[in-house]
Amino acid sequence: MPTMSFPGRFDSLVRISEFVAQAAQDAGLDKSAIYAVKLSVDEACSNIIEHSYGGEGFGEIDCTCDVTDDGLTITLRDWGEAFDPSEIEDPKTDVPLEDLKPRGLGIFFMRKMMDDVSFKFHPRNGNVLTMVKFK
Amino acid sequence: MDISITQYKRCDLVKASGRIDSNTAPVLEETFNSIIEGGKSGIAFDMSEVEFISSRGIWVILETQKACRKNKGKLVLVSVSEDMLHSLDLAGVKHFVEIYEDVLTAVSSF
Repeated sequence: MPTMSFPGRFDSLVRISEFVAQAAQDAGLDKSAIYAVKLSVDEACSNIIEHSYGGEGFGEIDCTCDVTDDGLTITLRDWGEAFDPSEIEDPKTDVPLEDLKPRGLGIFFMRKMMDDVSFKFHPRNGNVLTMVKFK
Repeated sequence: MDISITQYKRCDLVKASGRIDSNTAPVLEETFNSIIEGGKSGIAFDMSEVEFISSRGIWVILETQKACRKNKGKLVLVSVSEDMLHSLDLAGVKHFVEIYEDVLTAVSSF
């Protein structure tokens, strides 16, 4: 189960993407599923940097890819601020253009693109996000 | 991410290649803003060589459309891959932005 640690900076996103894309390929996911994994992980990591850490350069993101018979499980761990995911509503898209707001689009993508998304928050062990994509 | 701009009579064609994510989206945003600040409100965004776009990039597209429309113009997208079309659809972009399969048709729409 390979785990890599990445600096919590936006320029880490491309290397994180390459790391999970390789695992997704190894898991036998098809092209669209690989894209879904890359997008979900990118959104999650961007949120970690922006919201959990409050900006770039304040901590690391640990990424673990577990290739299983069913598909791929990705775990992201950070040591930033915890949050309540149930407070993040899906973005409203059936509103006028002027009223569109970006809040919640990242988590919305994660929930739509992955088959399971779960959050755990530990005071000492950090925040753990687990996402699963089945074949 | 590499960006090029080709100026036409009624619009500017912006072509980007690579990833549009939280790291690179500000550069795209700056490109679109410079076109609008230069007085043009018609933009065709060629995505044929864009390999990935996150919600950050999608938000740049939507904000740019807002700005173009304020000036009675529009932003259109060109050659979007199926995977990206799916995420754009989820984000509701298709309600607000025309999407064309090729540059000629897109530029002719202005």
